[in-house]
Amino acid sequence: MWAALGIIGGLILLVILFVIGVYNALVRLRNQVDNSWSQIDVQLKRRHDLIPNLVETAKGYMTHERGTFEAITKARAAAMGATNVADAAKAEGALGEALSKFMLVVENYPDLKANQNFLALQEELTSTENKISFARQSYNDQVLGFNNKIQMFPSNIVAGMFSFTKRDFFEIEEAAQREVPKVSFN
Amino acid sequence: MACMAFVLMALGFVIGAAVSGAPEGGMLGLLIAAGLWLILMLISYSSGDQIFLAASKAQPVTHDVHPQLFNIVEEMKVAAALPAMPKIYIINDPAPNAFATGRSPERASVAVTAGLLARLNRDELQGVVAHEVSHILHRDILFVTLAGVMLGSIVLLSEIFLRGMFYSSMGSRRRYSSGGKGGGQAQAVMMVIAILAAILAPIMAYLFYFALSRRREYLADAGAARLTRYPEGLASALEKIANDPSPQLQVANKVTAPMYIANPFKKKGHSSLSDLTSTHPPISERVKILRNMMHGAAFKDYSEAFAAVTHHKSIVPTAALTKEQVALREGQTGEERQERQQKQMRQVGDIMRKVNQFVFLTCLCGLKLKIPPNFKADKVKCPRCGNPLAIPRK
Repeated sequence: MWAALGIIGGLILLVILFVIGVYNALVRLRNQVDNSWSQIDVQLKRRHDLIPNLVETAKGYMTHERGTFEAITKARAAAMGATNVADAAKAEGALGEALSKFMLVVENYPDLKANQNFLALQEELTSTENKISFARQSYNDQVLGFNNKIQMFPSNIVAGMFSFTKRDFFEIEEAAQREVPKVSFN
Repeated sequence: MACMAFVLMALGFVIGAAVSGAPEGGMLGLLIAAGLWLILMLISYSSGDQIFLAASKAQPVTHDVHPQLFNIVEEMKVAAALPAMPKIYIINDPAPNAFATGRSPERASVAVTAGLLARLNRDELQGVVAHEVSHILHRDILFVTLAGVMLGSIVLLSEIFLRGMFYSSMGSRRRYSSGGKGGGQAQAVMMVIAILAAILAPIMAYLFYFALSRRREYLADAGAARLTRYPEGLASALEKIANDPSPQLQVANKVTAPMYIANPFKKKGHSSLSDLTSTHPPISERVKILRNMMHGAAFKDYSEAFAAVTHHKSIVPTAALTKEQVALREGQTGEERQERQQKQMRQVGDIMRKVNQFVFLTCLCGLKLKIPPNFKADKVKCPRCGNPLAIPRK
């Protein structure tokens, strides 16, 4: 009688310990995901801050490229107004594209390319672009780990009990790039 | 690592048993060995990185001094999700090399030589910094220090024992005859074993230590490829470092060698024996492995490339071999040009002067003057137009 009670008590204790362990692991992973997200945020803000300087410096040299500047300014405004992950990803993707187009146009202006101020800005912009992609890389890694933990047995039970929800990946590729080319052998 | 700990403990046990002639003495010897290791460990743990940086004559730099280097380190910090930004140092030496130090990711430092900054392009520098940040992320610095201290303890212990044996052997013959016959014989056998152990243990420890150091280098290469998604950057950097004609690094020594990205001591020949007794794998092999990573940049891809190049089994721990898909990316730096190289050299020269508190002046005629800090006068004549210039003092 007592032995049976002891075994049942022990089992209950084990289950409680397991739930605590999984819960803590989930919280830790979620915090890591949040932290990585804030890293991306920091770098995106930095990019938004750099753009006005860049446009100001380049304007004097590139008088015939009004369209390029407008595209960048518009994309920046759209990116700063985005509220959720999916929208932000799309807008930031567009901004990145506008910036790389701008960098291609710069190749035609040797005077601008020799400007010290512009060179320093270019290094900052290159580095910020890199940091964004590295931060995204690390965020997606963390999200993968978190989502796996939520969906896999047995930790999915604990995740369900405390309503942990899956996170979105940060993807910037366009839909066209993501589509797998169809190959037919007919 | 475990192998070295075993060698140290076994050595302690055998020496203890031989000196006292009983297994209890062996336990005591074991304790002494562990204590010796602990004391040396505490010393190097508490102040290792500062001693190391000072010994390398590394000077701290900020974003203003070299924005690109600072940015690249920050990029790798973001990629590796390090908890804090590593401190950045430059060593004024023409030999291209780099190292990382600091016992934990929270307080780490990365140092590069001026020669490295002058010769590498952005992608290559990123590869080198990624290698160093991988060392930080894998806590290799702590690992190598731990192993180095263990190696030191083993060498010290054998040395003390062998010297003690040599001096006491002159007066110890009497003791054997006066003691019981059986016990004396057992102790003599134990003594022979202990002497053999004291001679062999340091050799074994050295081999284990070198193997460990090489393994961590491979792993840091794999980590660098994974962080940058661009193994070619590190590969081409390593090639440049290997083919560099400048003399070997002045500030490196035997103790600090395993910390550097490439062995700071240049070897002339190349043989399988020198492979066994080197802290670094041959650079040509590291480059070949990195260039063989064609399918992705995950640890799994490095491990496959490693197996294909060296025909050994994988060095990557199985825990890291997840099924993740890590795509490679394109490089950013265009074609290398002689002109750009020279400009880079001049820039690095200026950076070193800035770090060393040189004052920069531009004359009205356009000539740039670099005034050394020990120039005491407060005015200088421009050597081209003869215009006197005031030197600002801080």
